[in-house]
Amino acid sequence: MAEPNATRSLTADLPRLALLGLAAFIALAPYLWMISVSMKPQSEVFAASLDLIPNELALIENYGKVLERVPVGTYILNGLIVCFGILVFQILFAVPAAYALAKLNFPGRDIVFGFVMLGLLVPYQTTALPLYIGFATTGLLDTYTALIAPFVCSVFAIFLFRQFFRALPDDLINAARIDGMGEFSIVWRVILPNAWPAATAFAIFSVVAHWNDLFWPLVVVQKGDLYTPAMGILAFRSVEAGEDYGALMAAALLVTAPLVIAFLFAQRRFIEGITMTGLKG
Amino acid sequence: MADLALTSGTAMPREGVAARQTRGFGTILVAWMLMLPAIVTYVLMILLPLVVVLALAFTDYEFGAPGFRFIGLDNFAEMLGDRTFGASIRNTLVYSLFVVPLSIGIALLLAVLIEAGARGRAFFRAVFFLPVVSLTVAMATAWQYLLHPSIGPLNAVLRDLGLGTPNWLGASEWVLVSLGFIGVWENVGFNLVLFLAGLTAIPRDLYAAAEIDGVRSGWSKFWLVTWPMLGPTLLFVLIITMTRAIRVFDTVQTLTQGGPNNASEVLLRTIYQEAFHYFRFGYSAAVTLVFLAIVLALMLVQTRLIDRRVHYG
Repeated sequence: MAEPNATRSLTADLPRLALLGLAAFIALAPYLWMISVSMKPQSEVFAASLDLIPNELALIENYGKVLERVPVGTYILNGLIVCFGILVFQILFAVPAAYALAKLNFPGRDIVFGFVMLGLLVPYQTTALPLYIGFATTGLLDTYTALIAPFVCSVFAIFLFRQFFRALPDDLINAARIDGMGEFSIVWRVILPNAWPAATAFAIFSVVAHWNDLFWPLVVVQKGDLYTPAMGILAFRSVEAGEDYGALMAAALLVTAPLVIAFLFAQRRFIEGITMTGLKG
Repeated sequence: MADLALTSGTAMPREGVAARQTRGFGTILVAWMLMLPAIVTYVLMILLPLVVVLALAFTDYEFGAPGFRFIGLDNFAEMLGDRTFGASIRNTLVYSLFVVPLSIGIALLLAVLIEAGARGRAFFRAVFFLPVVSLTVAMATAWQYLLHPSIGPLNAVLRDLGLGTPNWLGASEWVLVSLGFIGVWENVGFNLVLFLAGLTAIPRDLYAAAEIDGVRSGWSKFWLVTWPMLGPTLLFVLIITMTRAIRVFDTVQTLTQGGPNNASEVLLRTIYQEAFHYFRFGYSAAVTLVFLAIVLALMLVQTRLIDRRVHYG
């Protein structure tokens, strides 16, 4: 069953590979047709043929239409601003808090950690209504602030970093103190550089989660120039494209590409990051 | 908590607090200063909103209305007779019952198959994981094309085979199956990677020992060794997949908007719709509490079970 079978001949391995191949084909089907349809002229799309290779290329027609009518660049830029805005604040706020919880002794520490655990239990959709009321009354709907602010305090980041910092040797910190470093510089110059694996894992998790999120942008954003990639596709789908699948697939491909390409270049890190941290959901 | 069980395994559970034993006023001040930004944003963005949503659920507050009244449990009573809410609960449940067993079963099968040989390991793992990092809304539109009643490739194949060509996303008897299938496609890769980790952690000696005891077929070895040793991982994956299934929103909002005729209305969409379409914040908050209660119940079961079963000694 799970023995190393490196020596097994290809013919003996064939049934296994055939089954996995079939499953892989189903997993890849939406990507294959997305690429194919994005290059097909409308007439071929409506011919409902099973051919993946277009008879006639309509690359310029489809992609041109998308780039002309939909500000894909703006969506991607918004996605980047929102994801990195969120990530920077999450790290900036969580790292010092996690350090205090992991390495400092002070009254009330257990209570604070209790609140962190409470926060872990609450899915972010739960707090959507009050946050919407808050942003609406302060006139902050349709701003980057509304897209970023609800996520700047990541209890999950605090939890993850605390676990990681606890495993760092105390000597490291004591040595820095003897050198005359204050606690604030210890956090950023001693602790964070040593917590790189946890930070990368969390960064990947956070970016993937917020790049793909639809619920929150849908709540706080109406204006087209603040659309994130997910909202952009949703709007293009319902308003512009209709049954124009060539252009729709071209748009879908353009906004899916950045993360997928990043994943293909750093597969191991992505898989580790998301499975280690992604359990938050 | 899933997170606790997993990360405490990787990070050493060493008591590392002894660093600064001088409990001076200075340390206390420094500690709170370090936590201040996190605490302020936590209170503003999580704690306060949580308290407000708890209170809202017992009011008739409508966004934009000048005032509101406390109406006790009226919102919850209304849910009992609300056909949309009923459909929403039922559909979320059916969707979960479809997605959870299938995405776990298929992931386990694929993990065992990948683990059984040396060829193509990294390739297949990457292929099945791809949906996890892909923009759900965009991929949903690709599925919409694949499942299109007249021009979609799936129905083209069915037509060639002389079979019926259902309107996968437009017919009320098929819509949940179709969304469920997309949900399985989305979740398999995530579960697969967790299972692969679980499988590699099983000591090789156990298989050797089983062989000495006369267990020859891969099938019996699976049930005798792999399955029981995978227990903790399985439990873990089960709860995670359930919480993910209950939060289904993106595909529904993109493809069906809950239709046709509420046949694919789900909990998060009901919350969204009641609040941001009908502006009935009080009622929406009450539905939110139901959603929260289900998530918390799952978490509770998980902590209970994992505390008891995660260690085999």
